[in-house]
Amino acid sequence: MIEEKSDVKEILSAADTAHAITRIASEIIEENAGADELALVGIHTGGVPLAERLIAALEQLGERPAGTGTVDITLYRDDLSQIGPAPIVRSTDIAFDVAGMTVVLVDDVIFTGRTVRAAIDNLMDLGRPRRIELAVLIDRGGRELPIQPNFVGKRLDVGRERIIEVVYGDEGDRVITYLCGAGRR
Amino acid sequence: MALQSKDLLGIQSLSEGELRVILDTAANFATVAARPVKKVPALRGRTVANLFYEPSTRTRISFELAAKRLSADFINITAATSSAATGETLTDTAKTVEAMQVDFLVVRHSMAGAAHQLARQVQCSVINAGDGPHEHPTQTLVDLFTIWEHKKRFEGLGVAILGDHPRSPVTISNIYGLKKMGAEVTLVGPSTLMPPGIEQFGVRVATRVEDGIAGADVILLSRVEITDANRLQIPSLREYARFYCLTPRRLALAAEDALVLHSGSMNRGVEISPEVADYAFPLMVQQVTNGIAARMAVLYLLAGERE
Repeated sequence: MIEEKSDVKEILSAADTAHAITRIASEIIEENAGADELALVGIHTGGVPLAERLIAALEQLGERPAGTGTVDITLYRDDLSQIGPAPIVRSTDIAFDVAGMTVVLVDDVIFTGRTVRAAIDNLMDLGRPRRIELAVLIDRGGRELPIQPNFVGKRLDVGRERIIEVVYGDEGDRVITYLCGAGRR
Repeated sequence: MALQSKDLLGIQSLSEGELRVILDTAANFATVAARPVKKVPALRGRTVANLFYEPSTRTRISFELAAKRLSADFINITAATSSAATGETLTDTAKTVEAMQVDFLVVRHSMAGAAHQLARQVQCSVINAGDGPHEHPTQTLVDLFTIWEHKKRFEGLGVAILGDHPRSPVTISNIYGLKKMGAEVTLVGPSTLMPPGIEQFGVRVATRVEDGIAGADVILLSRVEITDANRLQIPSLREYARFYCLTPRRLALAAEDALVLHSGSMNRGVEISPEVADYAFPLMVQQVTNGIAARMAVLYLLAGERE
């Protein structure tokens, strides 16, 4: 999709983003008292690079999650019959046994909560985790389902019409917000 | 990117890009079968109907499981047990089924063009599950998927096809599919089994099996038997076997890591020797597994709306 970005603003600088990721990582360790049966699973596509960074941050703190993976929610969406052409199916790649694990789902931005609902359903089909938690870099409010993240980098209210994007890059990751012609994504 | 048409009638009408999208999607669906819950909710609320006018086990069950693993509802209609036995036309039967809010009609019929004709008459998606000797697109998708899994390329791949070409349900589809992906195709068989003008499809023709499979990276086989339709073209199965049976010695002429794919129900000792059959059997089983993933990909992609 080619979208015209207008009124681009930076919400989190590279330093802010790095700090937020480190803080989430230490909260995950604190909350779960060590990381023996901990697994980190990134939600395609925005959550996957964030999960990689969280894993790196956990390792810097001397903890290594017992399992890592990615989950694709396409087949679990609640709007498949409404959104036009069938979206691309990406791979759900979870090589560890989720049964009995504490699985931390990782996404870049939480908005309506529908993506997380789909990701939880997908995980449940792979086994019975002991516990599922949710870590996000940005919580922008606007929930349409009763779902709340356990770990949040930053809470923001930018208005429904704006788009929030995490820009992953070699010189650090930044979070920006902008308007585009199509409005809400 | 989605598919352009509401139907899957043949490989001929698909672009290379569409073929790649289907194969990529199939690869991701293949992992669903390895999970404890072999089901995803993507097609919940949709209905798939198999409308089979010819006997089939593999294709019929494969579509049924593909639909069910996508959480679609599924019904099976076979000619012998339906109103088709009373003489109702194909179109009338299909329209009746469609009136029950069916979203997909999977059609197997002996007449070439049966699915195409139906697709123009109904609003729902029509999938051709074999229209006689014309096209059998999902079987070709399975072949392409398995070839891709093992070879990771199509460009310049040498593929030899052996079988009863005028009657094989999959030869034409395989030629279209392999040519679109950039493979080099050789049709092997006695001249009596070569459809006139087949060279116009851009394939090489070899009447000596040794010429046909020399250096081949992939050998595609289908069942050869004597029927009323071909008994003038194949004098005897012994003669066919003597000149065309894929034996270890002939297989040695192909590339060292050649893939032998058989489309199902082998006639051991006719088109394939027992030794080569044992060698090819695990791949045939894998093809059956891949078949569900490929058909899931087709159902899923056709279910999306078109722009």
